[in-house]
Amino acid sequence: MSGPLLSVRDLNVRFGTKRGTAQVVRGMSYDLHEGETLAIVGESGSGKSVSTLALTRLIPTPPGRIEGQVLLDGDDLVTMPEKQLLQVRGTRVGYVFQDPMTSLNPVHPIGRQVTEGMRFHLDVSEHEARDRAVDLLRQVGIPGAEKRLDDYPHQFSGGMRQRVVIAIGLACDPKILIADEMTTALDVTTQAQITDLVQHLQEERRMAVIWITHDLGVVAGIADRVMVMYAGQVIEEASVDRLFAEPRHPYTVGLLMSLPVLGDLRGEALTAIPGLPPSPTDLPDGCSFHPRCSFRDDERCLTEQPPLREIAPGHHVRSFYEVDDATARAASAAQRIEVEPPEASNDDGSPDAGPPGGGRP
Amino acid sequence: MTAEVGSEHDPLVKVEDLRVHFPIGRGRDKTAVRAVDGVSLEVHRGETLGLVGESGCGKSTTGLALLRLVEPTAGTVTFDGVDLATLSRRELRRWRRRAAMIFQDPYASLDPRVPVGETVGEALDIHDLHQGKRERSARIAELLERVGLHPDVVDRYPHEFSGGQRQRLGIARALACEPEFLVCDEPIAALDVSIQAQVMNLLAELQSELGLTYLFIAHDLAAVQHVSDRIAVMYLGRVVELADRTRIYRDPQHPYTRALLSAIPVPDPPRERRRVRVPLPGDVPSPTDPPSGCRFRTRCPEVFEACGRILPALQQVGAGGRAACLLHGELGDPVERSPHPDAGRGTTTGSHVAEIDPG
Repeated sequence: MSGPLLSVRDLNVRFGTKRGTAQVVRGMSYDLHEGETLAIVGESGSGKSVSTLALTRLIPTPPGRIEGQVLLDGDDLVTMPEKQLLQVRGTRVGYVFQDPMTSLNPVHPIGRQVTEGMRFHLDVSEHEARDRAVDLLRQVGIPGAEKRLDDYPHQFSGGMRQRVVIAIGLACDPKILIADEMTTALDVTTQAQITDLVQHLQEERRMAVIWITHDLGVVAGIADRVMVMYAGQVIEEASVDRLFAEPRHPYTVGLLMSLPVLGDLRGEALTAIPGLPPSPTDLPDGCSFHPRCSFRDDERCLTEQPPLREIAPGHHVRSFYEVDDATARAASAAQRIEVEPPEASNDDGSPDAGPPGGGRP
Repeated sequence: MTAEVGSEHDPLVKVEDLRVHFPIGRGRDKTAVRAVDGVSLEVHRGETLGLVGESGCGKSTTGLALLRLVEPTAGTVTFDGVDLATLSRRELRRWRRRAAMIFQDPYASLDPRVPVGETVGEALDIHDLHQGKRERSARIAELLERVGLHPDVVDRYPHEFSGGQRQRLGIARALACEPEFLVCDEPIAALDVSIQAQVMNLLAELQSELGLTYLFIAHDLAAVQHVSDRIAVMYLGRVVELADRTRIYRDPQHPYTRALLSAIPVPDPPRERRRVRVPLPGDVPSPTDPPSGCRFRTRCPEVFEACGRILPALQQVGAGGRAACLLHGELGDPVERSPHPDAGRGTTTGSHVAEIDPG
């Protein structure tokens, strides 16, 4: 058994702003193994993108400040000299971002954009690079790849552009691919094509993928493990099956309950999470989620920061309060989607009393 | 007001063969983007009709044309029995009170230099809905409260609000003229998940309190299914299926609806692993040059010969649903002048219908 490919310990990212220090990522630790897909979910501003940009120091410092340890195959990227880091970006860690129109340069043909990284990082001739680009574009499913190398981004549809960006991300055969809201700008049918494609490429290359998204549906389909972020912290982490079947953090449960689910035909109102996420320059004392939490029942929530506790093997929760079984189950999509006839309704007939948040309008 | 207010089949808005074409190019290159190309639907009084489809399918343009915010190229829009095309400018202006719109981007749809109270109050002035300053302020405060904002915020500017609060402001502005009908164009797409539910719940509350009728336009079928009574699915400028929310999910009749449903991820890992997708090859064709016959035929897994010849009409399929697909019988407008259906074709179609029925 080999160790983790990537090992992040106590990662903190701060930005100096006019309104004070913004604590965007707070004490994030995780391991990523070869071939694994880790999903990071959270709302805008939760720190999910910044936390992955910080891995290869892709955020400007100052105003940013990165602390902690990011070990990639034993090398610490936080302290590595910039020159050496240039060799890491692209070759060992590849990125694919949300909007294919802004990730691509509109004035260069796509062939040049796909080969640019290879020419920089790998010792290949222009001719070889072109051949590899054709091969890559074919792999990501661009029809007539060799004829399209000299086309410009505007000549491609949104889905095709995102395929080009994926080809760029994969050009130097990275060990880790970071997909930041990669399918968010795409239509669902295109999104399905792209997620299938990435999973297929991942199996072929034994690549690890960090998939950043706010879409819990996508997460359910692609992830092995999931980390839920709120106000810069990981507040729950578990295997994908466990997270969706037995969520324990009030925020995770709240997210699931506020989500409309295709096939939930009961016609019940969604349970929205009241209020807004806190500003990173003005975090509340105690648990960051307590002002919006409908389960809060502990004095410590207001004053003390809850630690990330392992409540079951591989399942970590940052809360003093764990959501009970009945509520967790009621929040899970599996229980809300129309059940293929009757039996399923009996197994949660346990008289597990009223869930604290369940009866709220 | 018509006699049967609130009855189940009482259309408030009726759209027939609506077309909106935007001319592009000049000289020999002159052509048109056929954004909406033959849409027929009706919105019943008091219901929410969901309008879904992927980007570029014409759903937003349909919403704008319903409110005469873009001029239809052809077709009719009837509101409460009155053909909007017959209204004079003055009558149209007076009619505008009865219908309003909520836009997608709450950042772009509010004037950054106008205090939010004024934005809401503007509609009151235009439609002459107040007698004097005091009544005006009271009404503005009431509207803000109704959408869950504190009335003290009247003097603040849009940048002081979060995305969700801005969308509430957009709703307050839309409600100012006491409309019966609201076109909600992607009202939650720009919001975070936890805020989306707040806005959807607010829209539902307002509907039941004020008896509003909604056209809810969105690309997110899960959200549309949650808020809608009936759902219309659009593809490349046309409605391909229209049925109630349960039926669309349980028994979709159009191959595109089936493909769309199969592509939508659900937050349930075991279900995701079991999922069998209906693959859709290629991309949506350009609306300047849509395929002949059925618009979906270039990607349809069930395409057959007649699909290129006949533009399928939206027809009744079973009870309570309509679909525009030749698998349900060759009803539609022939594309070419000679639509001689030969005997062989007849049987092909027959067998398709037979195959579809049990499944």
